[in-house]
Order: sequence, then structure tokens, then C-alpha cells
Amino acid sequence: MADQAPLTLLCLFLPFLTALLAPAAVRRFGHGGSWGLALAPLLAFLHFLTFLPQISAGEVVTGGYAWVPSLNLSFSWFLDGLSLTFALLITGIGTLIVLYSGGYMKGHPQQGRFLCFILLFMGAMLGLVVSDSFLMLFVYWELTSITSFLLIGFDHEREAARRSALQALVVTGLGGLSLLAGLIFLWNMTGVTQLSLLVNVDDTLRNSPFYLAALLLLLGGAFTKSAQFPFHFWLPNAMEAPTPVSAYLHSATMVKAGVYLLMRLNPVMGATPAWEILLPFFGGVTLIAGTLLAIRQTDLKLMLAYTTMASLGLLVMLTGFDTPHAVEAAVLYLVAHSLFKGALFMVAGLVDHEAGTRDVTKLGGLRGDMPITFAAALLAALSMGGLPLFLGFLAKEEIYYALAHGDLRSIVFTLVAIVGNGLMFAIAFAVALKPFLGPHVETPKHAHEGPPLMWIGPALLASLGLVGGVLSGVAHRFVSTPMASAVAGEPRLVEISTIPHLGMPLLLSVITVAFGVLVYLRLDQARDMMVRLLTAIGSGPDRGFDHVVSGLVRLSVAVTRIVQPGRLEIYITVTFVLLALTLLVPSFLYGELPDMPTWPDELYFHEWAIILLAVIGLFAVLRASDRLTAIVSLGIQGFAVAVIFLLFGAADLAFTQFMVETLSVVILALVMTRLRLSPRDHRPPRQFAFDAAISIACGLGFTLLLMKTTQLPFNLELTEFFNTYSKVIAHGANVVNVILVDFRGTDTLGEIAVVMITGLAVLALIRVRLRDPLPDTNVETTAEGDRS
Amino acid sequence: METLFSLLIGVFFASAVYLMLSKHTVRILLGIAILGNGVNLLLFTAGRLTREIPPIIPFDSDVLPSAAANPLPQALILTAIVISFSFFAFLLVLTYRGYQELGTDNTDEMRLAEPKDESLPPLGY
Repeated sequence: MADQAPLTLLCLFLPFLTALLAPAAVRRFGHGGSWGLALAPLLAFLHFLTFLPQISAGEVVTGGYAWVPSLNLSFSWFLDGLSLTFALLITGIGTLIVLYSGGYMKGHPQQGRFLCFILLFMGAMLGLVVSDSFLMLFVYWELTSITSFLLIGFDHEREAARRSALQALVVTGLGGLSLLAGLIFLWNMTGVTQLSLLVNVDDTLRNSPFYLAALLLLLGGAFTKSAQFPFHFWLPNAMEAPTPVSAYLHSATMVKAGVYLLMRLNPVMGATPAWEILLPFFGGVTLIAGTLLAIRQTDLKLMLAYTTMASLGLLVMLTGFDTPHAVEAAVLYLVAHSLFKGALFMVAGLVDHEAGTRDVTKLGGLRGDMPITFAAALLAALSMGGLPLFLGFLAKEEIYYALAHGDLRSIVFTLVAIVGNGLMFAIAFAVALKPFLGPHVETPKHAHEGPPLMWIGPALLASLGLVGGVLSGVAHRFVSTPMASAVAGEPRLVEISTIPHLGMPLLLSVITVAFGVLVYLRLDQARDMMVRLLTAIGSGPDRGFDHVVSGLVRLSVAVTRIVQPGRLEIYITVTFVLLALTLLVPSFLYGELPDMPTWPDELYFHEWAIILLAVIGLFAVLRASDRLTAIVSLGIQGFAVAVIFLLFGAADLAFTQFMVETLSVVILALVMTRLRLSPRDHRPPRQFAFDAAISIACGLGFTLLLMKTTQLPFNLELTEFFNTYSKVIAHGANVVNVILVDFRGTDTLGEIAVVMITGLAVLALIRVRLRDPLPDTNVETTAEGDRS
Repeated sequence: METLFSLLIGVFFASAVYLMLSKHTVRILLGIAILGNGVNLLLFTAGRLTREIPPIIPFDSDVLPSAAANPLPQALILTAIVISFSFFAFLLVLTYRGYQELGTDNTDEMRLAEPKDESLPPLGY
């Protein structure tokens, strides 16, 4: 369907275009403007929905436009089950998030900017998942990091927000560079620059000697983005962002980009020992670490943030597991997670918005005040806990199908999954039940149900978890099966339904739920235990980040102090030492020294005299004991130079030189005699010897350079051109003048401009007067300017 | 002839560098003035020396006789003289005003922009 290409392109850019309108829309319509802004992601969502029949039939849709044809770069997209599901999640949840932000940020002075950032992020994320070419993937990948930075640091007047934003940018940005290197490896190994073609590459990648290097680099990108241990620390800190951001970026979409990348690469890079060791290991560690850290928290958002990290760990673990059903389990869990976690985050924000706190120990009994929110929270938690009828249940059944195989490795990871899922079950219900059940607790604000703008999102997402579970056949046909096939690289059929079958997976589910209920009932003890454990462990990578940043500042200060000590003398010394080395070392190294010259016997007496005069002038300047002598001696060498010009056929130069030297001497005498300066330049002997050595080396360097130059044949081409055409073309007899005003007229114009600017600068320097070194120049300038 | 001039130019450069290595702004200024002359002579000599005949085309001719001096370096030097003079004038006024404001001509004591014991920049975010 080639006719759809322009429309798809429009949909890919629609979020960016709408982002530009967001500030104006909010200024004009207030928070209600978000109804209009939500139309953009909605339209994109509907457009991507039209691809469903095609994709579920096993086709892929590609399209694009040439970007830089000479470099074989194209702006092209690639839709299969994997990218289409992601695109639908991004635009669908994005629509709800835009609405939710309208209510959440109501009355915030920067609401327009916030919506603008959200829409920018949406565009970047959408581009990331549909990108076909590697370069586009990388560009969008980095764009999501940048927009994430803007959103986390949205409340930029708080230092904690700035720190978290920077941390997220540094971690994911470094990961992005690692990804770029990995993609370049892929390109070099396969010669392919498009993901759609990469799928066709068979075992060349796996057998390549660079496979491990490429894999590690790509994992560097994926693990930082998806907050895998030990790069997980930025994700909980990112909760500094307003809640819509946490719901959208840091649970439903952006953090899944790493998982997306792994799933995308699974058909060509998976099923190797490295893949099957690294992914499950880091995923399993992240799962356990995330859930344990989540138990400790009392802040609703932080509890959810750590379970998000745990869920990402679970997804990575499953992606690396090469057993039947592992891919299906990952796919189902990914979709289910996006729905229930997005809903729960929005619930947390809603509770915070209405009750004024999101500390779970200070909340209770809100069910009567916020019934819709409670219902949404409950539905989401049921899915997250993996109870029958819900999408989460299907995912969990598939997980246990995939893991339970009897060998040691499977048993270990099954245990990991049971512990992780059980703890997540406990936290899900802690978030969904604790604020709503029990006796009513007095909250900072009197809670009542939020506006429709805010509950529409969580209610819809949470219900979808139920609908997807009940109508599993439809969900599998259009979403799970095509996506699982894309991830596996071969046709897969997802069949699991919500009717429980007796067997190992169900038993494991029951154990998980029982463990979860137990932890939920004893949550306070579990929390105390974790607090004690973590205090015993001490500081983690989060503190390390602070040390790195402040260490970087200290290092750069130290380097700056060495390179720029603030003494002019050192700068000049370094400059001239390097100059001498540049002049002398290569001529000695490469044998470019001049031939031994013969004694100059062709000079006349008066020429000798004038050279001698110049040398005497120079020595007089060096030895002068008072400034007047120095100034007059300066004049001597200057006039000697003028006479040299005169003797060697440069009359124009001589006259200019005479004039300039006279002026210099007069001005110097006028200015310098007004200053009370120490008459002599005392340098200690060591300093004198050092300075003299540098000077002599520089002088020698120039002498040798010039000798060598004049010994070589001279190219007269340019000179002959001027000599021939000065009169014929430019109608001037004085060739020097013709060159200046005619052939090189623009050059002379530039020279005049330089002189003029210098004149202005001199004028400004004379008129600006600072009575006090404190730089309050503007006021002083005008005051003094009027007087003088 | 060029050899002797090469030596002379070496002396010019050496003197200029020695003066510029001083701590006193006035000496640096003198060094810069000499450096300008040294560079001009370097250009002049590199274009080869010709005695007395200026590059002016006679009335009865359309082209310059080959015995005349090379006009190209002269044109370049003419530009250079003017530029180095304006540069010199600017530095002179800067030195003068610097002395008036700071009360010193010693560059070691001019630490307004780069103070000696600068504290660490803020380490927060």
C-alpha cells in the first residue's frame, strides 16, 4: 500500500508539529487545550490501527524517502508485529497521557511547555520504534534521551530535579554512544544499514569474531536505557519528574526502548551462549534487586519505579531465555506491563493530586472519596498481580511455561521469577489497596474524585488489561502473535487463554500469589528488614555518580590551573619555546638546513653601515637604562629599517615606515613619560639565561629558515603577472600601488576596516574610566563620556 | 646579501622575543614594535633583494623591466606596516590604561581576571 507512505510520514511528524502548537493552545484555551492536543496522537493511533489486519496476516510494511542518497541514507520505516505494537502503545497511551497532563498540570504556569515536551518525546519515541535505518534509530534514540532530560528537569528550580535530569542524560547518553558503536559494528560485519534487511542476515553475525564486542556495545545501550543493574539508579531518581512523565516515559514507553532493541536483535544475535548468559543474568539480578528495593519504599511513585525496574529485568531475562514460550511470555508481559503500570502511575499521581501526599503510610480510607480511581487501581493491580481473567495472568502463565523445565538453570530462574513476581504482587496491592482501604486518614488536602481528564486514562488502561485477558483470542490474533513472531524471527502462535489448565505453571502461579499475599500482610516487617539490610550495604552507584561528577569538576579545575596559571609570562614563554622548537627541530630532523653561506662581499660600505646602525639600535633598546633612551633607540632601528627599504627599491615602504616610526616614537614618548615606571628590567641571572636562550633559539630559527628559503629557486609567476598587467589592464605605472588598490583592493579594504576598528577601540579605552575595579562599566562610561 | 640579511633578521627576532619575555608591559610593547619590523624585513628578503630600482613602469613601456624590485612583497609589507602600527597603538593605550587602573606595569600583578587563589566552582547541580 504505497499510497499510505505520505500519511505515515505525516503521522510520524504529527507529534513534533503539535508540540509547536502546545504553548499557544494552552495560552488560548487553558488546561482544556489538552483535549485538542490529544487529537494528534489519537489520529496517529488510528492510522497505525489500520495496519493491524495486514501485520496480523504476517506481512511487514516498509516505506520511506531518500534522505542523503549519495551516502545511501534514507528516512525509512519498518512496521512488523513488534514495531506496530510499540507504535500503538506509544500513541494510544500518549493520547491518554496528554489528557491526563491537562488535568494534572492544571493552572501550572508552564503547562504549555510541559505538553510541548511530552509531545516532542512522543515523536522521538515513535520514530525510534518504527526506524528502519540504523542512523535514524540512533538519532531518535538520542532524542528520547534529550526529551527525557527536559521532562525530568521540568521543575528546574529544584536541585534534586536538575541532578536527576543530568544523571539520566549522562547514563542514557553514554549508553547511546555505546549503541552507536554497536550499530557501526553491525554495519561493518554485515554491510547492512537497515533493520529490515538485518533480519535476513543468517549466521554471519553469530559466527563473526567481533560478535562479542558488538553484543557488549549494544547491550551497553539497551541496559542503560532499560535501567538494568548496575545502571538502574537513574530510573528511581527520574521520579523527580511530574507524574505524567513517570507514567509515560519511565514505565510504559521509553525505558522499554532497550527491551525493544534486544527483541529486535533477537532473531539475528540471540541463541548464542553469550546472549543466553548475559541477558538472563543481568535481567534476573535487576528483577530481584528492583523488587527488594521497592519493598523498602513508602512513596507510591518510588514503589512503582522500582517495580518498573524489576519488570524490565524480567523482560530482559525472558528475551535471553531460549526456551519455547519465552518470547511469547516476554511479549505478553511487555504489553500487560505497559497497561497496568501506566494506569498505576496515573493513579499514584491522582492520589497525590487530590490528597496532597503519596506516602503510603499517610494514606487510607479514600475508597469512598475516590471510587473511580479505586476501581482503576484495583483493576491494574489485579493484572499486575497476575490474577485470572487479566492480561497479567496470561503473561505469568507463559513465563512459567517458559521457565519450568526441570534442569538446574531453569529451577534457579524459576525461583527468581517466583520471588520477583511475588514481591511485585505485594507491591501492586500495597499501591492499589493501602490508600483506599482501612480507616480514613487525614490528608493534607481534602480528597475527592479527580476530574474526568485525569481518571479517563487510568480507567481505560486498567480496563484494557481485563478486556485483553477475557478476549485473549482477539488480542493474540492482532497483537501477541505478530509481535512474538517478529521477536522470534519465525512464525509463532500465541494460544494461551485465561481458562486455567491444571499443571506446573498454574501451581507456580498459586505459589507466587500465596507468597505475595504473605508479603503484603507483613509489608511493614518486610520494609523494616530491607531498610536494615540496605543500611548495612551502604552506598550504591547513585552516590558514585555524585563522586564522579564532583571529581570531574575538580579534575578540570586542576588541569585549568596547570594550563592557565594566569601569568602572562608563562603563556609567552610557552609560545616562544614551541615556536623555536617548530622552527629548529624539523630542519635538523629532515636535513632542511641551509648550505654554508659564503662571506657576503658584494655589499657596499653604506649598506654595511645601515645594517650596523639597526643592530646598534636594537642593542640600545635592550640595554637602555631609562625609558627615553629606550624609546629613542626604538626609533633608531625603525629608521634603519626605513633606509634599508629605500636602498632596495621600495620607496613607498620607506616613506610609510618613516611616518609610522616617527608617530610611534612621538606617541610612546608622550604616553610613557607620564607613567612612573621602574627604569630597568631586572631579571635574575637564571631567568636572564633562560630568556636569552629562548630568544637566541627563535632568532636562529628564523635566520636558518630565511637562509634556506633564499637558497631555493624563486617562483616569480605572481610577480610577473602583476608586472605584465599593471599598466595594460589596471592602467597604473606604480605596480605596488596597483596591487594594493586594484588587484588586491578587497584586502586593502579589510586593512582599512582593521585600522578603523582599532581606532574605535583606542577611543573606547581612553574614554572608559573605572574608578572602582568593580565592573559596573555601563553607568560609568556614560557619566565619564559626557564629561570628557 | 640575503645571508647577511638573514642574520640581521635573526637579531631582530631575538631582540623582540627577549623583550616580550619581560614581566613589564612597556618592554613587551617595545618587543612587539621590533617584532613588526623583523617580520616586514623577513617578507622583504624572502622576495629577494634588488638594489635601487623601484617597481615603477617607465613611460615608454607597458611592462616592468626585469631589473626592478619585486613589487609583491612590497604590497604585502605596506599592508603589514599599517596593521602593525594600529595594533601597536592599541596595545600602547591598553598598557597606559592598565597602568592607570591597576597601578602596575608588572604582568604578574595583573590578576583581576584570573585571581591567584580562585575557589572551586560550585559542585552542586
